[in-house]
Amino acid sequence: MPYKILKKVPLGNSGTLFEMDIYAPLIAKKAYAGNFILMRINETGERIPLTIADYNREKGVITLVIQVVGKSTLLLSRQNEGDEILDVVGPLGNKIHIEKYEHPIIIIGGGVGIAPCYPQAKELTQAGNRIISILGARTKDLIFWRERMADVSEKVIICTNDGSEGIEGFVTEPLRNIISKDKISLVIAIGPMIMMKNVAKLTSGIEELPRVKTFVSLNTIMIDGTGMCGGCRFPAKDGQIHFACVEGPDVDGHTIDFDILLNREKRFADFEKKSYDIYKKECKNLKI
Amino acid sequence: MKIPRQKMREQEPSERIHNFSEVTLGFTEEMVKIEVERCLQCEDPKCVNGCPVNIDIPNFIRLIKEDNLLEAIRSIKDYNILPAICGRVCPQEVQCEKACILSKRWDPVAIGALERYVADWERKNQLKECPDCEAPNNIKVAVIGSGPASLTCAADLAKYGFDVTIFEAFHKGGGVLVYGIPEFRLPKEIVEDEIGTLKMLGVKVEYNKIIGKTLTIEDLKEMGFKAFFIGVGAGLPSMRKIPGMNLNSVLTANEFLTRTNLMKAYKFPEYDTPIKIGKVITVIGGGNTALDSARVALRLGAEKVIIVYRRTEAEMPARREEYHHAVEEGIEFQFLSNPVRFLGDNTGNLEKIEVLKMKLGEPDASGRPRPIPIENSEYLINCDTVIIAIGTNANPILTKSIPKLKLTKWGYIDADEEGKTNIEEIFAGGDIVTGSATVISAMGAGRQAAKAMNAYLRSKFL
Repeated sequence: MPYKILKKVPLGNSGTLFEMDIYAPLIAKKAYAGNFILMRINETGERIPLTIADYNREKGVITLVIQVVGKSTLLLSRQNEGDEILDVVGPLGNKIHIEKYEHPIIIIGGGVGIAPCYPQAKELTQAGNRIISILGARTKDLIFWRERMADVSEKVIICTNDGSEGIEGFVTEPLRNIISKDKISLVIAIGPMIMMKNVAKLTSGIEELPRVKTFVSLNTIMIDGTGMCGGCRFPAKDGQIHFACVEGPDVDGHTIDFDILLNREKRFADFEKKSYDIYKKECKNLKI
Repeated sequence: MKIPRQKMREQEPSERIHNFSEVTLGFTEEMVKIEVERCLQCEDPKCVNGCPVNIDIPNFIRLIKEDNLLEAIRSIKDYNILPAICGRVCPQEVQCEKACILSKRWDPVAIGALERYVADWERKNQLKECPDCEAPNNIKVAVIGSGPASLTCAADLAKYGFDVTIFEAFHKGGGVLVYGIPEFRLPKEIVEDEIGTLKMLGVKVEYNKIIGKTLTIEDLKEMGFKAFFIGVGAGLPSMRKIPGMNLNSVLTANEFLTRTNLMKAYKFPEYDTPIKIGKVITVIGGGNTALDSARVALRLGAEKVIIVYRRTEAEMPARREEYHHAVEEGIEFQFLSNPVRFLGDNTGNLEKIEVLKMKLGEPDASGRPRPIPIENSEYLINCDTVIIAIGTNANPILTKSIPKLKLTKWGYIDADEEGKTNIEEIFAGGDIVTGSATVISAMGAGRQAAKAMNAYLRSKFL
């Protein structure tokens, strides 16, 4: 069954981010916040995991947000409305735990990680929670879905490393301010591994700050997404072996050894670069 | 017996370690003519009982002798829908050929090679025909997974007249036949071709459908499916908690083989999936998967491949033939050795593994002597990659979605010999019931279940 691209729009002004609606009715029907899909774009493609950023059950559509970081994401960025993706499988992983918490929830999205924050904020809001969203990126061109996040948040705080929008600095700055003053039931952080590491460290009960339960979303290298390959395994402080695809992607950030995980993400770095470089040469125009 | 058993033609080891083409080349017509003369056509053939699906072996050999290859393949297919696969990967040496009366004094008839010859002849001459089927009864049956148990079950159900749909999680059919067994042992075009036979039978295949995720059994019931066969295999890699397990370049055989076989990483960068191995590779384990991994590593350009196994050559669960192939190809074996620690450099990359020597003790539950550690016998092996091939467990994704389904304490489905579970419309077979076993035993289970499903569906709906 073909997986048709119904919509493709660039996000922000960086020229590297875009949003894509794909017709996948069976997946849309079962999707919840936290779920992801695996995609193989064409016959020679690799299987890449992408978080479901939104879904519309009636229309049978799932929304993905993609940042061009290598060959596969560049290849995907060159597909257009009406084109078909060869394979899309899901929804994989666990949906997030939803309950009505006593205090507000802070949801932190870093860069392309803003996208998966949206369904989480939406579903948690629907369950009666108060959401404070912190959106961070290197620069303002990499921030997107401001309005969309505002629709499902009581407050949206924006941070950029270069100060081009909102607070100048990292997402941990506003996070520190809030948790040092107000009672917070839960922190959710989705974004670059290093950001999630720093968020989890800050909420782990250091420097007289309160310990706040923190979920991070692991987008590790994987092939099947069903627990078969073991490539996505992540080191936890309990010494046990855990698989991000079947136990995650959202896991307790305080249980993870991020340093090992940061290394594991570099497993194929030289191959990824080679493949990206070859493909970039083939593409005359890299514009999305 | 004056005629010696014909020896399988093979690619030279020095040549084949540089390619992924099939190692064994099959018998020539002349070799077949000689080999069939060796069959004594026993009145009470032991070989048939040695075959898990009871192929009428003397009959198909007689038909070859009579130069009636078309009837020979028909005769095989009455029992086995996947002969080109079984002729290649069945452990005949412990099944039909072990039972062959000749093996008492001489070498047994090369039954596997003959089966393969007939199946290859049919494929090469495009003589594949649709097996006889009963009239369609329009009862929908779902087969979950597309490995050997499922393919056999689906084929038999279609022959009984049912409307069969296979649901496969991956983008290709064949299960372990495509993601696990390498191209040089089982060319993927053969698997595709055998799946083609199922399509002739009217079996539909739905790819990218993870039952338990994309669709549940309840959804399938709403879609009109009346019975279910679960043949999803044992896809969860076994991992022991060894320090250093999470270092880069420590990977499971499942990941290593799926990358190379299913995703064709050996053709990188033409194919996008990478595989990185380095120069010296150590494989842990003694089964077919360990040997497959070692031989794939060699073909990917490894300079040295070492298999570390905690028992000895005699206890290796791998097929003899594959062991010999591996030895010929220069794979090094370190028996009675067990890894205790993986050691990395300061960037998280593997550098060496620490191994403990073992000795054999009394037999354990598996009937094989238990390996016992020898204290203070640790030694180091320098290597760039470790591949862990120490078995698989049950994957809980599907079973978790059917809470009422009875499981064993290990998470396998509790099914009887006919594939019946505690839920009347759900049947199961293959590795998800028995744990890791062989292609042919999974096929046998698929066949038994199809029979039981036929009886169940007929009593209930026809």
